[in-house]
Amino acid sequence: MRAARLVLFAAAMVAVGLAAPHIGEYPQRVLLVMGIEIIMVVSMALSNGFTGVFSLSHVGFIGLGAYASAILTLPVTAKHAYLRDLPGFLGHVSLGFLPATLIAGALCVVVAFLVGLPLMRLSGHYVTVATLGLLVIVNVVLVNADAFTRGSRTFTGVLPYTDIWWVLGWLAVTWLVCSRVAYSPFGRAMRVSREDLVTAEAVGIDVLPTRMTAFVISAFFCGVAGALYAHYLTSFSPHAFYFPLMIQLLVMLVIGGMASLTGASVGVVVVTILSEVLRNLERGFQLGALHVPPLYGASQVTLGVIFILIMVFRPQGLLGDRELVLVPRSRRSRAAGMPREETEVQA
Amino acid sequence: MNVIDYVFQQLVNAVSLGSLYALIAVGLSLVFGILNLINFAHGDMMMVGAFAALLLESAGVPFPLALLGGVVFGGAAGFVMERAAFRPVRGAPDVTMLLTSLGVTYILENLGILLFSASPRNFPLPVWLGHVYKLAGGRITFTNINLLTLVFSVLAFLFLYWFVTRTGVGLGMRATAEDLVAARLVGVRVNLVVVVAFVLASAFAGLAGLLWAAQVGVAYPLMGFTPMLKSFVAAIIGGFGTIEGALLGGYVLGALEIAIVAFLPPSVSPYRDALVFALLIVLLLFRPGGIINVRREVKL
Amino acid sequence: MPEMLALDALTVSYGPVAALKGIDLVVQEGEAVALLGANGAGKSTTLRTVSGIVRPRRGGVRYRGKDIGRLDPGEIVGLGVAHCPEGRRVFAGMTVLENLKLGASRRRDEAGVRQDIARMEELFPVLGERRQQRAGTLSGGEQQMLAIARALMSRPRLLLLDEPSLGLAPLLVETIFDTLAELKRQGVTLLLVEQNARVALDLVDRALVLRTGNVVASGGAEELKRDPQVVEAYLGGGR
Repeated sequence: MRAARLVLFAAAMVAVGLAAPHIGEYPQRVLLVMGIEIIMVVSMALSNGFTGVFSLSHVGFIGLGAYASAILTLPVTAKHAYLRDLPGFLGHVSLGFLPATLIAGALCVVVAFLVGLPLMRLSGHYVTVATLGLLVIVNVVLVNADAFTRGSRTFTGVLPYTDIWWVLGWLAVTWLVCSRVAYSPFGRAMRVSREDLVTAEAVGIDVLPTRMTAFVISAFFCGVAGALYAHYLTSFSPHAFYFPLMIQLLVMLVIGGMASLTGASVGVVVVTILSEVLRNLERGFQLGALHVPPLYGASQVTLGVIFILIMVFRPQGLLGDRELVLVPRSRRSRAAGMPREETEVQA
Repeated sequence: MNVIDYVFQQLVNAVSLGSLYALIAVGLSLVFGILNLINFAHGDMMMVGAFAALLLESAGVPFPLALLGGVVFGGAAGFVMERAAFRPVRGAPDVTMLLTSLGVTYILENLGILLFSASPRNFPLPVWLGHVYKLAGGRITFTNINLLTLVFSVLAFLFLYWFVTRTGVGLGMRATAEDLVAARLVGVRVNLVVVVAFVLASAFAGLAGLLWAAQVGVAYPLMGFTPMLKSFVAAIIGGFGTIEGALLGGYVLGALEIAIVAFLPPSVSPYRDALVFALLIVLLLFRPGGIINVRREVKL
Repeated sequence: MPEMLALDALTVSYGPVAALKGIDLVVQEGEAVALLGANGAGKSTTLRTVSGIVRPRRGGVRYRGKDIGRLDPGEIVGLGVAHCPEGRRVFAGMTVLENLKLGASRRRDEAGVRQDIARMEELFPVLGERRQQRAGTLSGGEQQMLAIARALMSRPRLLLLDEPSLGLAPLLVETIFDTLAELKRQGVTLLLVEQNARVALDLVDRALVLRTGNVVASGGAEELKRDPQVVEAYLGGGR
């Protein structure tokens, strides 16, 4: 049964990959970005929705991954041209896409590990605020480490490696790894500690390793997504990896359902489609005899209002904590990622 | 310029900056103390205050009235924000409320960009505001704006002190922040307390916004973002959730930032913000209660 | 003449846990009634439901004939019910005087409030001595007095008291209960939750015994003092 599902899944992805070049350039770009954002949001769901630790630092790891991979893949000639101050071997080396992506992910893992050790001990508001601080620190470093990143100036000339197959490949890996972790016995421990810290510790679950694991794995895939994103954009600045992106990803995460991996994916798709539609409306349109003038920026405001409405009326998002068919069924808790009423304790 | 003059000048700068951080931090602490909510949209109240004053001035309103207008519009925006976004999610888990505040800031900032465009606008100042005072034979300078900032901040804090110690609502506010259940039991009007807290917090932020714009000469929709984050650190430094903590933390952070730029080697200055947030993380790990060592227990 | 308080098949749950399983209780004006029982019996829950902190799942709560089950605590205070909660819960960071003023949150008559503050300081002289001190610096007994005084500031006709003797030395307990007897004499209706059954039964006219959300015994105070089961469970061992 399970093998059949996986085959179906793989076939669907291959189909998407084959169809992509034929759907037109703009839709293909939207599809690519959507795929990358799903990787980002799924890893956010793993660390935020499943452990109950609400961290805001993911975009920092995305940025680290983006810059690290871009620096590594940049052709040596380009480095000599405008990244002259790169230290040591970095200035003379240019790697392939896969090695660069993996190294970027590894870098994020190391940083997440070092930073996570002290931070994941904090609880509630403190950890959220601390991870927010981490995001700001990463941003400041990116903006100021001129020698590596060209500071706040645009980092250009990145080779456009990212295509639909890279995205689909990494997407599959992300889904496989995250779902294995989230729905393993280890994942159950994570979810229990999310619902009731006291009970979790009482039954002997050590909370720190569960949080660390989720945090570190999430950081890895954020780094990977950053690499993919960097080689799609081909030019960017540190501001691309700061609060605007963070809020956008959070909107997607929440609308789909923070405690569900497929929910996160659905959230990305829904928000992307919604944004496209709204953006078209933004350009002004005719409604019968009524002419609505262009209102650039209205699409984001509308999206924000929808977000607030979801917070008020359905904070657990579209899927709550249920997964769509693809993920193997296992014992799931009854509480949603963000329950509206009192959660019942389940040990 | 000798050392003493230099230090004095930095002190003047620190007080000016600290006043602004304190104004903003007080609002953040006020709301957190009562609702356990970290309001990310607080910084946008600065935008409201600054732009209200700016638009009023451009329409010919004299500066003092424009200043008042900025404060009033800030407070009004806080009222709307509370009723429209935060009242409906009252009682929800903290994460939901935090996300709601992120949603609100998303809306407000994009609305600001929609209405005013993202690029900075000149903040018109009457000439007398630019008047420079010179002390110690011209070696220490400050302008009327610095003076205004200090004076209005102090007035605001005095008003707040009077409000929370001498009025019924203010007393209710302190009680609610300390023990919500007990406050309800004695009949405190919690809904009113919350609304007033938001209005006061936002009015203060509006004031800070227009003073900030006056100091740097420009206003733009995203202007409140970084100051809010910094003021947040300030509030934590002092002791998050308390008014005294916010005041203390605001001036400490102002002094700290000026000190980093003034007394450390120039290569460090750009990393000023990173240092401030690293300090935040260290504080959260070892002294989450801040200087005055606030301890928050959740009483059911 | 409607009863001061009438609980009718009152059922209250915290999530899946049923705290009160359909209890009936009537308190007449001027009476003093005690709720006795072990921890977790549902005594505190009863008071919290009356004062509005907790909503009933089923059943009625009527105060002087009016259904108050859906009202806010503040409104209930305004109607004349005051709740002196378990653990006293004075506002530790605020002064004694400020605590007293907060007790009058629902009142509009400033002169009356000032008068009542003076009366509270007469009733509990130590509060007058410490009026500018932070409530957190008071001793346990003083805090209990403050809590009662704060509750009295709303001029309640029905006073709910949750474990007023908790953690207090016997001499202090006597003082507090003497004050409660005086209040009773002045016509305040009392509903008292106590683990110290002995001292409670000396004060009240009637009592009910609760166990895991049900009423298992009730009757006049004298009657219960002699009831062998009650004596065994709650009065034995010189508690």
